[in-house]
Amino acid sequence: MKYVDEFRDGELARVLAGRLARAVEPGRRYNFMEFCGGHTHAISRYGVTDLLPKSVNMVHGPGCPVCVLPIGRIDNAIALALERGVTLCTYADTMRVPASGRTSLLKAKAAGADVRMVYSAADALRIARENPAQEVVFLAIGFETTTPPTAIVILEAERQGLENFFVFCNHVLTPAAISNILESPQVRDIGTVPLDGFVGPAHVSCVIGSAPYEYFAEEYAKPVVIAGFEPLDVMQAVLMLVRQVNEGRHEVENEFSRAVTRDGNARAKALVAEVFELRRSFEWRGLGEVPYSALRIKSRYGRFDAERRYDIVYRSVADNKACECGAILRGAKTPKDCKLFGTVCTPENPIGSCMVSSEGACAAWYSYGRFRDEEAAA
Amino acid sequence: MCLAIPALVVQRFERDDALIDLGGVRKRVSLALVPDAAEGDYVIVHAGYAISKLEPEEAAKTLALFAAIDEAPA
Ligand code: SF4
Repeated sequence: MKYVDEFRDGELARVLAGRLARAVEPGRRYNFMEFCGGHTHAISRYGVTDLLPKSVNMVHGPGCPVCVLPIGRIDNAIALALERGVTLCTYADTMRVPASGRTSLLKAKAAGADVRMVYSAADALRIARENPAQEVVFLAIGFETTTPPTAIVILEAERQGLENFFVFCNHVLTPAAISNILESPQVRDIGTVPLDGFVGPAHVSCVIGSAPYEYFAEEYAKPVVIAGFEPLDVMQAVLMLVRQVNEGRHEVENEFSRAVTRDGNARAKALVAEVFELRRSFEWRGLGEVPYSALRIKSRYGRFDAERRYDIVYRSVADNKACECGAILRGAKTPKDCKLFGTVCTPENPIGSCMVSSEGACAAWYSYGRFRDEEAAA
Repeated sequence: MCLAIPALVVQRFERDDALIDLGGVRKRVSLALVPDAAEGDYVIVHAGYAISKLEPEEAAKTLALFAAIDEAPA
C-alpha cells in the first residue's frame, strides 16, 4: 500500500536504529512523551522500543480520546438513552467505556436503550433525518480531528431544518492537555516525570497545523517533533528530538510534512470557530479539571445542544480505586504498575478507560505483548 | 479512531461525497474538509471525513531522509 509499506520497511528501520544509536550521547537519558494514542499503538505494535537505544525512554501521553472522557459524561449519555428515551449515536470505541456502577453504553443497549454505533457524524445526522419522530443525540467525543465533522453536521442540521437532532459535545483540545502536563508538579517540581521533548500528534496536527506547538517549544523550552503514525515516522521523530536535545535546541519540527502544514486545515478551523466556543474548564479522566481545554456549542446553535435541551447536569465520578489510568495518562506510571492489568482488567472486560480503545496504553500493551516481553527480560 | 491509513480517492460524487480505497477496502467518505482533493489523490480519513491531502513530494523527501547515506562515523 502506498504511503504505508515504505514507512514500515524493516531494512530502513535498522538503518534508522543505527543512526539513533550513534546519535545518543553516552551517559545521557532521553525521555520523550508521545502525546497521541496513535503513536502509543504504533510503538507497541511494531516493537519500536526494541529498536531505540536503551537511553531513550518513551512516556505515553493522554492523547486517546476515549481514555480521557470522564465517567460522569458517559453516565450522562447513558441516562439520556435509558431515561429520556433518545436514540443515542456514538463512535464504536465509546460503547465499552466503563461508566458508574459497572455499566457502559453497550450494557445500556443490552438493557433495551436505543444506542447506535456510527462510523461518522454524518451517520448520526442521517438517522435523525430518517426518524423524524425520534429525538436523536450524537455523543460527540474526540480531539481536533473529530470536531470539524461535528461542526459540519450541526450546520447541516440547521440547513435541513431538523428539529430532532442534538449533539452532546465532549470535544477536547490537545494544546491545553500538553500545557497541563508541562505545568503538573510531577514534571515541573518533583521531576518524577522527566520530559525532554514531545512526539507531536499526527492527525490532530493535520487540522490545527504545527504553529500551536511553537508556544510550548518556546515557553517550556521543550522540543516538539510532529510525526506520522508509521513506525519509521516515529523513529525519525525520535532521532530529530535526540539531535535537538544534544544541540540544546527546542524547536517545532515537522517529520509529517506530507500531511501537516504550519497552518493546518483552514476550512476545518473556520467551521469549528463558527460553531464552537471554549469552555472555562472541563474534566479529563486522569488529568482532572483542565482550564479552557474543551469546546461547547455556541448559543447561536444552542437548539442543537443536548446539554441545553435535556438540562444535563454533570457530576464527577472517581475511577475504580485500583485503576492507574489517571497516572498512566499523565505519564507518571505504566500499565505494568497496575495490579489489575491483564488479570482482572483485559480488553474483553475493561475496568478502566485505557484498556478500551486500541490507542489506550493498557490495551496497546496487552494486545502486542509488551508486558510479556518485559517480564521475560526482567 | 486515529489509526486510519492513507486512502486513495477513487471517485468523487456530488456534495463532497467520494469513494475511497483503503488497501482494497472501499468506503464512502466526505471530502467536505479537503474540497480540492481530486480523484487519484491520497487523503487521510478520520471518522468518515478526509482531513488532509498527502503531498507526494513531501513524502518523497521524508523517505529520502530515511535512506540518506550516513556520513562515515568520526
Ligand atoms: S489495566 Fe485496567 S485497571 Fe489497570 S490502569 Fe489499565 S485500564 Fe486501569
